[in-house]
Amino acid sequence: MAAVSCPECGQPAHAEDRFCESCGLSLLLRRTPEGGPQGARRSTCVSCAGRVDAEGFCERCGRAQPAPRDRMEFDFGVVAGVSDRGRARVRNEDSMACAVVGPESAPAAVVVVVCDGVGSTERADQAAQTAVDAALARIVDCLQAGKDPYESTVDGSAAAFEAVELLAEPTSPDLAPSCTLVSAVATEEGVTVGWIGDSRAYWLAGADSRQLTTDDTLHAQLVAAGLSDEEASAEANAHALARWVGADAEPGLPHVVGVPPDEPGTLVVCSDGLWNYLPTAESIAARASGSPARVAAELTAAALELGGGDNITVVAVPYPFHSRRSAGDE
Amino acid sequence: MSDFEVEVYQNEYLPQGAAEVNAVVTVTSRGGGAPAGDTPAAEVLIVDCSGSMDHPRTKLAAAKRATGAAIDTLRDGVAFAVIAGTDNAELVYPPRLGMVPADAASRAEAKQAVQRLRADRGTAMGEWLLLAKDVFATQAGALRHAILLTDGKNVHERAHKLDRILGEVAGQFVCDCRGVGTDWEVRELRKIADALLGSVGIVAEAEDLEADFREMTAAAMGKEVADVALRVWTPQGATVKFVKQVEPSLLDLTARREESAPRSGDYPTGAWGSESRDYHVCVRVPPAAVGEKMLAARVSLVATGTGEVLGKGQVLAVWTDDTALSTKISPEVAHYTGQAELAAVIEEGLEAQRKGQIETATAKLGRAVALANSSGHEDTAKLLAKVVDVVDPVRGTVRLRRQVSAVDAMTLESRSQVTKRVGKGSGEAGGEH
Repeated sequence: MAAVSCPECGQPAHAEDRFCESCGLSLLLRRTPEGGPQGARRSTCVSCAGRVDAEGFCERCGRAQPAPRDRMEFDFGVVAGVSDRGRARVRNEDSMACAVVGPESAPAAVVVVVCDGVGSTERADQAAQTAVDAALARIVDCLQAGKDPYESTVDGSAAAFEAVELLAEPTSPDLAPSCTLVSAVATEEGVTVGWIGDSRAYWLAGADSRQLTTDDTLHAQLVAAGLSDEEASAEANAHALARWVGADAEPGLPHVVGVPPDEPGTLVVCSDGLWNYLPTAESIAARASGSPARVAAELTAAALELGGGDNITVVAVPYPFHSRRSAGDE
Repeated sequence: MSDFEVEVYQNEYLPQGAAEVNAVVTVTSRGGGAPAGDTPAAEVLIVDCSGSMDHPRTKLAAAKRATGAAIDTLRDGVAFAVIAGTDNAELVYPPRLGMVPADAASRAEAKQAVQRLRADRGTAMGEWLLLAKDVFATQAGALRHAILLTDGKNVHERAHKLDRILGEVAGQFVCDCRGVGTDWEVRELRKIADALLGSVGIVAEAEDLEADFREMTAAAMGKEVADVALRVWTPQGATVKFVKQVEPSLLDLTARREESAPRSGDYPTGAWGSESRDYHVCVRVPPAAVGEKMLAARVSLVATGTGEVLGKGQVLAVWTDDTALSTKISPEVAHYTGQAELAAVIEEGLEAQRKGQIETATAKLGRAVALANSSGHEDTAKLLAKVVDVVDPVRGTVRLRRQVSAVDAMTLESRSQVTKRVGKGSGEAGGEH
């Protein structure tokens, strides 16, 4: 009897199969859909259950139905994520992408990318989605071609730059769509995090919980140079981005840090919509328990409760990853 | 059928808890399929023949000439009729109830019948309009336009009777009203013109009548679509606060709503040629949470006869706590809100002046000068300058004049509702709909 079955159609498969014989799904790679969620149009209104017209407005109460991007969720068991529009923004300009490489029963790598569209640019949501798709695809290709996580991370960042640059209108370079970028590659060799901008990664491991990334902002640079948080905040534009991904940005290598393989913990990758409310690793760890899906959902809910002033994206990866479905984990 | 385009100008962003959504809807009709002339048209000319038309005698003579000029301006084939108005109404042409297509022979006959008119007896405009309605009723499916010419007040008819009659004839035809001399009341004619979706004008000098009649008739001949309604759909829990035509003149249509479907009402706009008009729509909606977006109203143009939708637009509401977004006022909405205030302060200022309330009149007319100046409404500014001495046009400092000619005051009053088109920053926005 085959111990493996296709996660999509449930048909049995052999352990050495690369694709499902009945539906053609790759058995060695599961990833979130390119281009973000292709949510089907709602037919009934979320607010009054009236009929929704072709333009997405309720025929009874006029309410615009939430766009698929307003709330995005995925759960691959070993990794899960939530991205929410929040309570103040008109649209969700965060994006996330994730891939699990290798057979479902024994994943070889988990790749996570989170991008936060820079609000002052137009089509920031498109920039973020384009960047996560490009970075994820490139990192997965590199890993499958045998490159190490560090190289794959650097290449992924370059791919995001190339793709986002193409979105810029030659006539308005100062409005070039831009975003931040944070990626994480978890393999047997440990966890590798790369970033540009102020989206963050945290390592949650009880008393050893810590923030892995340092924001590309003047504020973070001043704090790193020894100023107190208060002194750094006094600077004008302290929280403005010093680096980002976009046609008007200086291309450069991402910052890269690692977590060694002998440390168990939970990796959380997030946008500033979360850490604005829960800035320290301890405050995040205090609210992170259970399956990755639950961690992502709980942290998102906490940020919404505390104000939800920005788009919130949270992806959680327990490490080392054990193959498990989160179904029985609720 | 003409080609209609609907554009909506608004700031859809509202601060938290806000419940009022304002939008300016620009409707542009471009003569499309049918060249003007294919649509059957009907014209009724109503001439005041009360006794005062003989003082001075030139008044009636000018009115006859003007009516003749209007008859000459009619396109061949347009059905027409002439009514003489006194304390009742009499059909001057054709001899029996009905209308006759314009051609060389019928024009000549009509002009002869007009020449024979005598001035006598009183004034009861409601009766004139009722006869016009019966005459138009003989022409189904045509563009119906009337011109009403008077020189006096409606003294032989009680106001509530006129109101009742206006309710009866509204929507049956469009009527432009003209006052000759200075013995008529602007407010009275405005009531008739507003009810019948027409204009009010003063013809101070009888000899100017002819050109004015010619112009009105020509404009009427340029119409292509007879009856068009502005249909406003609002979601459950929302109410229409007002719908006003704000350009080319102010006309409050709010009370003229006719329910057309659940949550949907039709406001009459009359006949359309190749032209553009602006409407200010204000809707009250139940406020939603920050970040929510809703359709506050759907605005469409509907041909009343066929129910065909000629164009449509959306009025949106998005709640945000970003004050940079929600505090912006749409320049179009601001402009027409100012124009409405300008019209109101002119009316109130002239009323106060008539009653001898010097302070109120000075304050109101001063505000009018400032508004006319800031909105670039030069025509109104010139008319105001004939009624008050302007000390500082920017601040609106004025002095009332001891002597104001009745013509100047009435001209200002009858033109007060005429608005100036907003200079749209976005230019020709929107595309085909």
